[in-house]
Amino acid sequence: MQRARIRWHIPVFLAPAVLVYTAIMIFPLFNTLRLALYSKVDQERIFVGLDNFRTLFFDPIWSEQFWNALGNNFWFFIVHMLVQNPIGVALAAILSHPRLRFAALYRSAIFIPTILSFVIVGFAWKLILSPIWGIAPSMLDFVGLKSLFVPWLGKEEYALTTLALISVWQFVGIPMMLIYAALLSIPEEILEAGEVDGITGISAFWKIKLPLILPSIGIISILTFVGNFNAFDLIYASQGALAGPDFSTDILGTFLYRTFFGFQLQLGDPHMGSAIASGMFAIILIGVCIYLFGIQTRMRRYQM
Amino acid sequence: MNKARKNPFNTLAMHGALILYTLIALFPVFVILINSFKDRKAIFREPLALPDAETFSMIGYQTVMKQGDFFLYFQNSLIVTVASLFFVLLFGAMAAFALAEYRFKGNTLMGLYLALGIMIPIRIGTVAILEMMVAGGLVNTLWALILVYTAQGLPLAVFILSEFMRQVSDDLKNAARVDGLSEYAIFFRLVLPLVRPAMATVAVFNMIPIWNDLWFPLILAPAEETKTLTLGSQVFIGQFVTDWNAVLSALSMAILPVLILYVIFSRQLIRGITSGAVK
Repeated sequence: MQRARIRWHIPVFLAPAVLVYTAIMIFPLFNTLRLALYSKVDQERIFVGLDNFRTLFFDPIWSEQFWNALGNNFWFFIVHMLVQNPIGVALAAILSHPRLRFAALYRSAIFIPTILSFVIVGFAWKLILSPIWGIAPSMLDFVGLKSLFVPWLGKEEYALTTLALISVWQFVGIPMMLIYAALLSIPEEILEAGEVDGITGISAFWKIKLPLILPSIGIISILTFVGNFNAFDLIYASQGALAGPDFSTDILGTFLYRTFFGFQLQLGDPHMGSAIASGMFAIILIGVCIYLFGIQTRMRRYQM
Repeated sequence: MNKARKNPFNTLAMHGALILYTLIALFPVFVILINSFKDRKAIFREPLALPDAETFSMIGYQTVMKQGDFFLYFQNSLIVTVASLFFVLLFGAMAAFALAEYRFKGNTLMGLYLALGIMIPIRIGTVAILEMMVAGGLVNTLWALILVYTAQGLPLAVFILSEFMRQVSDDLKNAARVDGLSEYAIFFRLVLPLVRPAMATVAVFNMIPIWNDLWFPLILAPAEETKTLTLGSQVFIGQFVTDWNAVLSALSMAILPVLILYVIFSRQLIRGITSGAVK
């Protein structure tokens, strides 16, 4: 009997990727979940079970911040879903129109904000909306609406929505591109068959194209969800780690950063930080599961 | 052909909408760039005017050059991005080849394991990553960032590249085997050159998030000599908040390299996205 010889090249090919991925991504992920169950008392790490989570959810000081950050994060996500994705779909629908001239030019120009870093975007908008510089008020003055101007980033009631809209401005290119690709892949015959039945123009979009691109809209929604629930950079760059004014723009990412690293007088606490990170992990996991099992499997995929 | 598609009014409305949105997209970038070349008075008096002979000034750029080590930051960003992309592509392609080419026990499971990271952001593990980097003495080195970005980029790279490698013809590989080429030679000399377009797509996808990341440079490598351009400009702008010339110039200096790269690679990037690589 001849034993199958071990094909050594398979582990050799797999090893580097699996090692780096396991060591830097998977292991720290689970280690963070584990660290959330510990606490530091007198320079010693002791096991405290679910105490950190109890503090996070029920201790008045912590829970107020946590629920505030979570609520803000949901609002941040809702603004993206309601503004970014419809604009992205609309732009893609126009761009995919056959015989539209300069489509490539528009596409590249509209994608430019997406390639800029949050630091640039955050500061650029901070300057533009600043009452000191006066670009925003003078532009509103130009259309006769100067009375509408408020220092949006400085007011508690507007700051979060303003930042969400800035983020929408930055990322609208991504849904636009993905939907554009999906629209281009719809075969011409289907549209022509619709035309024969008298479905053209706008109604062709609603009745034929939109149902066909629903899977892409699903992907965009889950990408937006994951992106929003680990967002940090834009808020940090424009409002600082304190997510001012008065924590009104605090989201889970900035809350995690402050807790983990400390700020001003509060010392950093890696264990409470781990607890918040575990919470973020749970939220993202729930979102991904809802998408994978609830939406994706039920969505009808049309054979094209 | 139907009439709706040729209606001149519709065409006009479509161009109107696109031009309006293009203006919204480009306006902030434009305002920052033109004002960085003006003197302080002109910035405030006529923020929307182009710089002319009278108002032209490079004072902001001079401050930036004197105060911040932007060349060092730029160099750090470049090293981190290029090295991370190199490892993502090399390791990713090797793993993708193993998954696409060979049938072995646990193949599907391994594929799923590697795909987990596509949806779960690596940031969740930050606390433990920092602890590990402290233990390994890698804090404030560029290696810490390179390792993290390599791990972050691998899942999507393996996923996309293995899709493409399945399309490489078996006859070609078997012919090479008959000629006595080793599996390694088949991978490096035959398959890699064939999937070059897919590698470019993966590279462009990974480039932007790595270059623009603020979180990990802030946490793993905040020292002066390891600052990346994104972190460097963040810190610099934070210190010079009231010096508008310096802030605008620093922003422009952060925008320009990305914009130049985009002009070079935009076709590749857009083709990558629209070819459905992320389906």
